[in-house]
Amino acid sequence: MNIQTQIKRTAAEDALLQAFAERAEYLPGNTAVAEKRNAAVEVLKRGLPNRKVEAWHYTDLRRLLSSVPAFDLTAHAAPREPLLAGSAVLPVLNGVAGRAEVPEGISVASMAAKLTDGSLASLLGPDEADDTVSAINAAFAADGFAIDIPAGTALERPIELQNVQAGGQAHTRFAVRAGEGAKATIVERQTGEGDALVSSVSHLDVGDGAEILWLIIQEQPEGASHLGQINVRIGKDVKLTMFVMNAGGKLVRQELRLVAEGQGSEFRLRGVNLLSGQTHCEVTMVLDHVGPATVSTETIRNVVTDRAEGAFQGQIRVAREAQKTDAKMACNTLLLSDEGSFSAKPELEIFADDVACGHGATVTEIEADHLFYLMARGIDEKTARGLLVKAFVAEVIEELENEPVIEALEAKLDAWFAQHG
Amino acid sequence: MLEIKNLHARIAEDGTEILRGVDLKVKAGEVAAIMGPNGSGKSTLSYVLAGREDYEVTEGDILFNGESVLDMDPAERSAAGLFLAFQYPMEIPGVATMEFLKVAMNAQRKARGQEELKIPELMKRVRGAAEELDMDMSMLKRPLNVGFSGGEKKRAEILQMKLLEPALCVLDETDSGLDIDALKIVADGVNAMRSPDRAIVVITHYQRLLDYIVPDSVHVLYKGRVVKSGDKVLAQELEKSGYAGLVGEAA
Repeated sequence: MNIQTQIKRTAAEDALLQAFAERAEYLPGNTAVAEKRNAAVEVLKRGLPNRKVEAWHYTDLRRLLSSVPAFDLTAHAAPREPLLAGSAVLPVLNGVAGRAEVPEGISVASMAAKLTDGSLASLLGPDEADDTVSAINAAFAADGFAIDIPAGTALERPIELQNVQAGGQAHTRFAVRAGEGAKATIVERQTGEGDALVSSVSHLDVGDGAEILWLIIQEQPEGASHLGQINVRIGKDVKLTMFVMNAGGKLVRQELRLVAEGQGSEFRLRGVNLLSGQTHCEVTMVLDHVGPATVSTETIRNVVTDRAEGAFQGQIRVAREAQKTDAKMACNTLLLSDEGSFSAKPELEIFADDVACGHGATVTEIEADHLFYLMARGIDEKTARGLLVKAFVAEVIEELENEPVIEALEAKLDAWFAQHG
Repeated sequence: MLEIKNLHARIAEDGTEILRGVDLKVKAGEVAAIMGPNGSGKSTLSYVLAGREDYEVTEGDILFNGESVLDMDPAERSAAGLFLAFQYPMEIPGVATMEFLKVAMNAQRKARGQEELKIPELMKRVRGAAEELDMDMSMLKRPLNVGFSGGEKKRAEILQMKLLEPALCVLDETDSGLDIDALKIVADGVNAMRSPDRAIVVITHYQRLLDYIVPDSVHVLYKGRVVKSGDKVLAQELEKSGYAGLVGEAA
């Protein structure tokens, strides 16, 4: 028998439960959704995870989430210019779906409608007791978008799912289904102006033979807490590239949970974490290779300045049936400050016997040789350092091999370096 | 233009003394060759001229146009007109060659009080210089020196030298790793830069390069000092009899 010691709730834990008590009756959802919400709150009542919970070892949420603001339903958020010119923007403003531009050939519904009719209730978590991001989101999520890209549809315009917070709390959900052979570029933009608590959970279902580029751009202001999660099912012969850029926020956790079900799929994850000030930022990936002959590569590049701290947890699990899996994971950090830190925790769990899996992690400073070479051509030290730091992360961006995307991301890099370099 | 006076330098990390009183004068318009056996301090001299932090100058001075450069960092020396063509140019992943050339050229122009070059003018200059060196423009789309062959790297160094138009060019073993055709192209590139108001210092182990870049003066570096100076005949003698005879004389 388990004896649970009752510990005193933190201010943040109290505030979450209080907020639910106040908001519950206004949240959309049928009975199935309401049951899910109540189950999620039961998880929250047990308290936020601390570092003793393995999945949260590098992000002690109980300690780091020091306060939770109340909802601010009157606050106003305005849509932003999209990352990629010509995108169809689907904005969620202060937690409420705004007017969406719907590209031809796809269907879009508000998440509020999908919760009200209960058709997406099954996507609400949490799946496990330590799935806190899901739990917070399932309890409060009121809106977002559900998108269906029919089989064989190749979208020329990128779609931007734009989650803009305006302080208080914002809990958003996106669900995207890409049918067989569909092609699309999707930007998930996480931004805003307030010291908000944001949770954003996405589901992506990639049908057989589909080609998807999904970019998560997190650029919250320095007072905001951001809890992100994306759940992905990868079908057969899929080409999926995910790119994550973290360039803001006070407390950030971005979770990626992927299941490569079908045979012969290729998955790439490229991540860039630009950490400054007192940011705490973690990217956590769990990738299940279930189908045989799937290839995955994961490269994370981190730049750490000031007193920022970051972490990457990368877990690759290869099922017994997933023979001929080829998985390579790397996490490289450029540490520019003695007070900054970055932790990397790669994990391989392999049950198949014919696989090629590897991982590596490095922490470096700027190479003195490289700096000397650039300076010997008349480039002053500050500019030369800037070039080298940018080069370190630009390398993974260039791997995306898509000119407009590369240009847009490099512009984000330049903006960040101009502010923090 | 360049005056090195009793220059002593050591490796900063372990204090090993490499240069033990180098004296050398190079006038504007002059091409000076510095020769010497392995370990004589040739590369160290080039790095100390360029201002590499791994070396400490403990005595003596380096005057460039009459002013000491010892308190200048590498960028300031370069902006003042000093250029080192590296023996082993660094590969810098992620820095596009074109972007690098743009930043370097404009940094120098800014330091010299000139206006920044606009992209079309910059491209025109780069294309022109690349053609003269028989370089493919597609190379310049790659990251700086990454995946370049030894010969391509050396050409890229000369390309930078042409574009930056320095007053003093120091070439560190530019001939190493080059086949004869590449050597001729590189030498032609250097010769094209000879001018009455520019000095060129060619550092080399072998006389071969000096058949193509004919020097006005030749200096032999041995154990961190210039032990003998002469004209191009000295280089030919060295080719015949090796460094052994000289070393005996110096000792």
